[in-house]
Amino acid sequence: MTATKTDAPVSATRDKRPAPAGEPPGSARSERVSALVQQHGALAVLLVVSLVASFSFDSFATGDNISNMATSSAFLAIVALGMTFVIITGGIDLSVGSLFALGGVLAAWGSRHGTLVALLLPLVVCGAVGVVNGLLVARSRLAPFIVTLAAMLGARGLMLALTDEGANTYLIGKGSFLAELGQGSTLGLGNPVWITLALFVAGAVVLRRTRFGQHVYAVGGNEDAAALMGAPVARTKILVYTLSGVTAGLAGALNAAWLASGVTILGNGMELEAIAAVVIGGTLLTGGLGYVSGALVGVLLLKVIQNVINQIGSLDSSYQQVVSGAFLAVVVVAQTWLGRRRQLM
Amino acid sequence: MAEATLKTVPLDRARVLQWLQTYGVYAGVALLMAVNIVITPHFLSAENFRTQAVQVAPVIIVALGMALVIGTEGVDLSVGAVMALAASVTALYLGYGLLPALLVVAVFAAGIGLANGALVAFVGVQPIVATLALMVGGRGLALVLLPQLEDLRNPALASLGSGDVLGIPYLILIAAVPALLVAFTVRRTTFGRQLLAIGDSRPAAQLAGLPVRRVLIVVYVVCALLAAVAGVLATARLGASDPTSLGNLMELSAITAVVVGGTPLTGGRVNIAGTVAGAVLIQLLTATLIEHDLPPSWTQIAQAVVIVCAVYAARGRGKR
Repeated sequence: MTATKTDAPVSATRDKRPAPAGEPPGSARSERVSALVQQHGALAVLLVVSLVASFSFDSFATGDNISNMATSSAFLAIVALGMTFVIITGGIDLSVGSLFALGGVLAAWGSRHGTLVALLLPLVVCGAVGVVNGLLVARSRLAPFIVTLAAMLGARGLMLALTDEGANTYLIGKGSFLAELGQGSTLGLGNPVWITLALFVAGAVVLRRTRFGQHVYAVGGNEDAAALMGAPVARTKILVYTLSGVTAGLAGALNAAWLASGVTILGNGMELEAIAAVVIGGTLLTGGLGYVSGALVGVLLLKVIQNVINQIGSLDSSYQQVVSGAFLAVVVVAQTWLGRRRQLM
Repeated sequence: MAEATLKTVPLDRARVLQWLQTYGVYAGVALLMAVNIVITPHFLSAENFRTQAVQVAPVIIVALGMALVIGTEGVDLSVGAVMALAASVTALYLGYGLLPALLVVAVFAAGIGLANGALVAFVGVQPIVATLALMVGGRGLALVLLPQLEDLRNPALASLGSGDVLGIPYLILIAAVPALLVAFTVRRTTFGRQLLAIGDSRPAAQLAGLPVRRVLIVVYVVCALLAAVAGVLATARLGASDPTSLGNLMELSAITAVVVGGTPLTGGRVNIAGTVAGAVLIQLLTATLIEHDLPPSWTQIAQAVVIVCAVYAARGRGKR
């Protein structure tokens, strides 16, 4: 949440720059307005949709419903957090859905060897896939899109190989620490929600306040310029893909703990949901500009839309996809226009 | 003497790499064929060839459209959704006869392609996001129109899926037509030249006065129409409309076929024969692994390795 308070470094420098002589004073204001819409547009829509929904449906703003929505958003949010870093560097990670499923299966498989194995195994394996992605993107200079696509296939293959082609579902024993981590709740909210919030605060601090975070923005803003300034471009890229792999594995492990089993059919299409959430939250796919908090808002918005459509009993759940797709289209059109206006001015 | 050898060695390596990039996919197909002839019983039977060809036909048709889009430095993720949409629209309008149903399918597909093209060409959205939105929305629309699997009993549609001429299934003949047309378009027409010029450098094409927007929109519409053809054919072969699972991951198969076939993702170059061979290569690889009782998990891992190798071999060419 800290990220919303400060502007992105790239746009911050642009905003602070005095307006060139001869430029009408109004343009600086309208630039600020478009920056504001870019950054907080999704939040405003989220608030409006939630308000309308809570007036329209009695069951929307109840504690149960909110806590359900929060828990089901948590896993996607963790995936979207890692994806945000990748997208800010101008890359993309299509392997997260498979890694989510792989992480869940590994956690459930590892839970028979103790909690430590169950938690570390998914992080290590998914992180390793992320390292391979990063190496291929940064060192071999292959397109992120195709590298992570291959990783998506490979990781799903690995997951199927572990589970006898998906026929075998490993269970997580009741009462173990892992089960408590996924299913228990603190102060009325599920533990996964608290973990997600903690991760987002940490993510925002890393992105805003550390050298690594500045390198992430620099690499995405202009890779050549970043390299000339001495930023470790390759290392930064490898790190963000590793981070994305680890967060996807962690989200999968938590989800498995929540479900008490490593379900093999999960995570299909999750990479697209995560990308959609990140983009809706105001992060530019061209890189160099983005917000950790935006990813959270994007995930919540997708989940609220889903919840509202479920509440309207007469609507089939496939309407959710239509609405999400339309929404994504509207957001990218708006972003492109805002971006163009800011460039012109 | 030493200088001469030093000069020729890198040249030879470059030549080998060049050769691999251009002909590697054919060599791969030939190698897989040879291996299969030795280790797989009944591989050379006509029946087996027919099965493989019928299975690969929809992928080839989708990959052709994808090759055009990738040639403009774009990508179209919505092809699988368009296939599903074609399936459900076919089921809805089949009552009016096959031809009217096909026309309505074409209208829907053209609509999706138009939306993709407009987002990319006029608004300037990156192709991957624009088509992602249509992918999510398109599959949703397909499911809204037809929520579950529906059996189709239409003799015309059934014969489209399983009929043949002189032992050659309709599916293969129908796949061959767009393959020839697209290959001709890319090589011999102004439109093809414009497409490649846009893929090479969109600003340069714009400055040269090419109708960039029109070409882009046509390319995305053609890609969607081809995907719709594949969707109808797959539905005809299945004898049922299945919008939930038809075309799932098709975008990945198509992109894989294009990339393995030697078309760089950076645009400006399209290899249609290679694309067809790429689809055949993946099909043969999958069939071989399944034939020898290797589980699907290994098929996916093998596919992943093939993709990375193909892209790795092609990487030098993208940056000329």
